[in-house]
Amino acid sequence: MKLQKATQFGLYAVLELARDPSRQLSAIEIADKYGISSNHLAKVLRDLGRAGLVDAVRGAGGGYRFSSNSKRVTLMDVINIFEDIGSEASGTSDLGDGTDIGRALLVIRNEIDEITQATFGSITLDTLLKTMRWQRDVI
Amino acid sequence: MYSEDRKFDIKLRPAEVDDLQKIIDLDTLVSGIEKKTYWEDRFDRLKSADSSHLIVAGSLDPKSPDEILGFIVGEVRAWEFGSRPCGWIFAIGVSPDYRVRGIGEKLFDAICESCKKDGANSIRTMIARRDQLNMSFFRAQGMMGGPFIELEKSLR
Ligand SMILES: CC(C)(COP(=O)(O)OP(=O)(O)OC[C@H]1O[C@@H](n2cnc3c(N)ncnc32)[C@H](O)[C@@H]1OP(=O)(O)O)[C@@H](O)C(=O)NCCC(=O)NCCS
Repeated sequence: MKLQKATQFGLYAVLELARDPSRQLSAIEIADKYGISSNHLAKVLRDLGRAGLVDAVRGAGGGYRFSSNSKRVTLMDVINIFEDIGSEASGTSDLGDGTDIGRALLVIRNEIDEITQATFGSITLDTLLKTMRWQRDVI
Repeated sequence: MYSEDRKFDIKLRPAEVDDLQKIIDLDTLVSGIEKKTYWEDRFDRLKSADSSHLIVAGSLDPKSPDEILGFIVGEVRAWEFGSRPCGWIFAIGVSPDYRVRGIGEKLFDAICESCKKDGANSIRTMIARRDQLNMSFFRAQGMMGGPFIELEKSLR
């Protein structure tokens, strides 16, 4: 599945900051590491700040710091800040959804959406970072 | 048999016959459904199959030495669904008053250790898609989507 650019950048930034909550990083530092646009990332970081996930540290050498609970914030919580994924049932309807074939296809799309939501909704930032470390240790 | 907890007063041990009613009660509290026959069958299976495990977290509090704070049940199964020997977790439950203190994690580690001794290289379980609590818990233990997908059909 494809996530929007802002969502992907948001996940990079929040996970990079949550990796070490005592560390502060600027938009440029994070953007350089992931090879992405720092202008776009600056906007994404403001959105993450408004959602209470990161704090802006003012002044010289300012930047951002993770300010939430990585054991309770899920990937879905971060994704929801930027886009609404997999809500076919409640969201917009496509042309043809009311036909028999349209309805049958909708059932399949809903099945996929539910799995997507269950997956993103059950992985906390802490779990992702932990799993990453385990995988690295195995290799 | 299993290591004792240092952070919190629990002792992990295999379930004994005397634990049956306490496990039924705790499971009823956790799941909302009483499954007396199921648990009786599970206890019978413990006697007949070495690869079957029911581990409990017992209290070390001198005031309630017999209290059971949590349980986990599972066994190693081979070749069903074409799968190599693999540990299955059928159920887990921690008393609501004692959650988020690491008991679930210790029960999980203990059953993994038991299944490994029985020759399993992996462990799996099945969770309702909308059951975020159990899903988050098992994911936090490093479990991920496996190579199988559960399919079902209504028979009504
Ligand atoms: C799932 C369950 C077994 C967890 O037991 P527990 O002793 O509270 O779990 P732990 O304290 O060992 O938690 C381990 C990790 O799981 C995750 N976790 C546990 N509870 C969580 C919650 N409410 N929200 C998010 N993550 C949670 C956390 O990552 C936690 O690590 P942390 O404490 O460092 O944050 C318990 O909540 C329970 O009995 N739930 C009901 C089970 C049930 O429905 N059984 C019937 C069907 S099988």
